Amino acid sequence: MKKGYPRFFLLPGLLLLIAIIIFPLLFTIRVTFSSWNVSQSGLNFIGGENWGEMVRDTRYWSSLLRLFYLSFLTVAIQYVLGFAIALFAWKGIAARRFYRVLWLIPMMTTPSLMAIIWRSIFTEDIGALNGLLTRVGLDPVNWLTESGPANVAITIAEVWQWTPFMFLILLAGLLSLPKEPFMAAAIDGASAWKTFARVTFPMMAPISIGAIMIRLIDASKIFDSVFTLTRGGPGNATETPAAYIFQRSLQDFQIAYGSTLALMYLILAILTLTIIGKVFARLSKPRGI
Amino acid sequence: MYKVLKATFITIWSLFVLFPIMWAITTSFKPESAVVNGATFIPFLEYQPSLIGWKAILPGPDSLTNLLTPTLNSFIVTAGATAVSLIFGSLAAYGLSRFTYGWKNYSNADIIFFFVSQRIMPPVVLAIPFFLLLKELKLLDTHLGLILVLTSGLMPIVVWLMVDFFNALPREIDEMAMLEGCNPIQAFFRTILPLSKPGLTVAGMFCVIFGWNDIFFALTLTATKVLTLPVAVIALNGTVTPYWILAASTVFSIIPLVGLAFVIERFLSRGNLGGAVR
Repeated sequence: MKKGYPRFFLLPGLLLLIAIIIFPLLFTIRVTFSSWNVSQSGLNFIGGENWGEMVRDTRYWSSLLRLFYLSFLTVAIQYVLGFAIALFAWKGIAARRFYRVLWLIPMMTTPSLMAIIWRSIFTEDIGALNGLLTRVGLDPVNWLTESGPANVAITIAEVWQWTPFMFLILLAGLLSLPKEPFMAAAIDGASAWKTFARVTFPMMAPISIGAIMIRLIDASKIFDSVFTLTRGGPGNATETPAAYIFQRSLQDFQIAYGSTLALMYLILAILTLTIIGKVFARLSKPRGI
Repeated sequence: MYKVLKATFITIWSLFVLFPIMWAITTSFKPESAVVNGATFIPFLEYQPSLIGWKAILPGPDSLTNLLTPTLNSFIVTAGATAVSLIFGSLAAYGLSRFTYGWKNYSNADIIFFFVSQRIMPPVVLAIPFFLLLKELKLLDTHLGLILVLTSGLMPIVVWLMVDFFNALPREIDEMAMLEGCNPIQAFFRTILPLSKPGLTVAGMFCVIFGWNDIFFALTLTATKVLTLPVAVIALNGTVTPYWILAASTVFSIIPLVGLAFVIERFLSRGNLGGAVR
């Protein structure tokens, strides 16, 4: 291979990405050592004050903890449901082309706009859900003003929006599986469950890992549903880091402090995702996929 | 027993998927009295459908807002960001699939992770530096500015999907082309690219979905000239717009992409999509 060709392929994209991202990244790092806020704009130097404040900011750390279980919970539900409906749409049901289109639709809708629709569903006095509940004789639920139900409401909206993403990736993966292993399993007389556990699931491991990683990255930025449905409330019961950082940076205009929170968040996210990636890689290897 | 369970599951899931959409569509045809006095569900029986919501968002005497220019802006920005991401992203992905890049201890896997990691940063934080950057470059409130910013979020998806896709294409294809006298660049454009249509289609569809649906950058980096469709609707939400108008504008702005679901399904059923994620 002649020299220079490999660079022709990689460098344009890599350099374009770096060119777009380098200034925002350096700026964010630099601004964390300043006191840029609503009354003092510009890059002065105040040392590590913002970082010290962050360490003591319990609201930030509890939002991170909340994000941790909210993103793992929603992505886990999306994966299980997405895999289930992908298996159904793969083969064995009538009118599967109809169901494939239907089950893809939520992913096509704009999350920030659907969040408005979800708010009109969960709204407590005139919302659809409480309307249905009272009609069948149940008590209305305080979907948006009580901590438990508010978290359920956000989980429902997230699962509705993003299960189709898992569904699409997993269905495409299922459709591309080679036929031979399934024939071998059929010849051995393996049951449907055994075929799934020994053949389908292991062969889907690499695709599953890719889909889960991308979803975890996006889920860690949960914002639209939280912001539109509950604004992080009641109290801070549903606040995620993205919502908290939004409030600090763009509503209270504490640019420096908001950037500090964001940078720490970025470091933690990259660390966590790297560890998860390594664990997944180890789990999927011994099976020889 | 299994069959009953399966049918129940499929029915419940389909109803769950349909419910918010049906709610949005019916709400968009409700008059004020059908919304503010508690939830209503069945048209004609519980309320008389009205066009009041739709009249407010479509051109005409009762129009509250113009959604047509934002629609055009959304098309331009989405198409531009998708094209840039696909071109640069697939070139990089092909390189990462076929060559070994070494720089100190960094390997191809690290470079791929670098691309993907660009998606981790919450847009909230990037909004301010991007604002300053685009202002400096005189790209604020322009199509090009928004396209470049969106590209930083879309190219990672293209690279992630296309590396796997190119890995699945046998190396013999490129080698054959090179034996016949092509250099690697010609080999890529003449033999690999035509074979990559399914992969490029999937990657392109993800770009279109994520590009069209972006709200944050469009909200902070554009003002009046390049208002995109979701931002125009969100702007309605910011004032005290009633639910029937919000519902009508939401339905209006998700229609173009719902059409895309049919396109994706066609690809799936032809088996074309299959190779795209392997």
